[in-house]
Amino acid sequence: MEALIPFTTSGSLVDLVDKKVLVILRDGRKIIGVFRSYDQFANFLMESVVERLYHKMEYADRDIGILLVRGENVVAVGEIDLIAEDLIPLREISVENIMTRITEDNTKRDKDQIIKENVLREYGFVSEGREGDAY
Amino acid sequence: MLFFSFFKTLTDQVITVELKNDLCITGTLKSVDQFLNIRLDGITVEDPERHPHMMAVKNCFIRGSVVRYVRMGARSVDTTLLEDATRRGEFMVRVLKGLRVD
Repeated sequence: MEALIPFTTSGSLVDLVDKKVLVILRDGRKIIGVFRSYDQFANFLMESVVERLYHKMEYADRDIGILLVRGENVVAVGEIDLIAEDLIPLREISVENIMTRITEDNTKRDKDQIIKENVLREYGFVSEGREGDAY
Repeated sequence: MLFFSFFKTLTDQVITVELKNDLCITGTLKSVDQFLNIRLDGITVEDPERHPHMMAVKNCFIRGSVVRYVRMGARSVDTTLLEDATRRGEFMVRVLKGLRVD
């Protein structure tokens, strides 16, 4: 099979097909779904997709359905170990609840960032961007 | 191409890949391709508390373009061989030979 696919590692994604996978995107989003298809650019097609939102040791799932991810946005793909998945010490809460928590955190972080930037500016430093600007 | 060959010699060794989002993944290198996409098996993550989503993930495919560093044991690298290959410009030599054969 591998010999038919000239792109070796993308070729090795064959064994992920029809498995439950976690895809991490460049904007930090975590997508969980059934891996259906891919190509040499790491474009992915997934089915029964949910976006999983995390906040500390809690999570919530937001339904998406079928998703085609353009390869350039992919950071990593991991196969989910179905047994390990049942053992992880995370608690599911509602999407609304997790969104309030995440928003609270972001507001706080934005405030802190502004304070930090103001202090650094006094010393002649230029704003260096924040987490997530790394790519 | 030199580093593609180099990474191929590292297969089945334990390496740590640091991504541009500061996530560090340690695992056994299963395969690598021309884009330096990396396939790791039996992975563990540095600081799992900060990355709870990785807890249930056991193997992963990392897109080459998001890798910042790859860390490996000093013993996995034959630096003299690597230096020689660099000086010779092994890839260019092969290309030239290929042209002559044609």
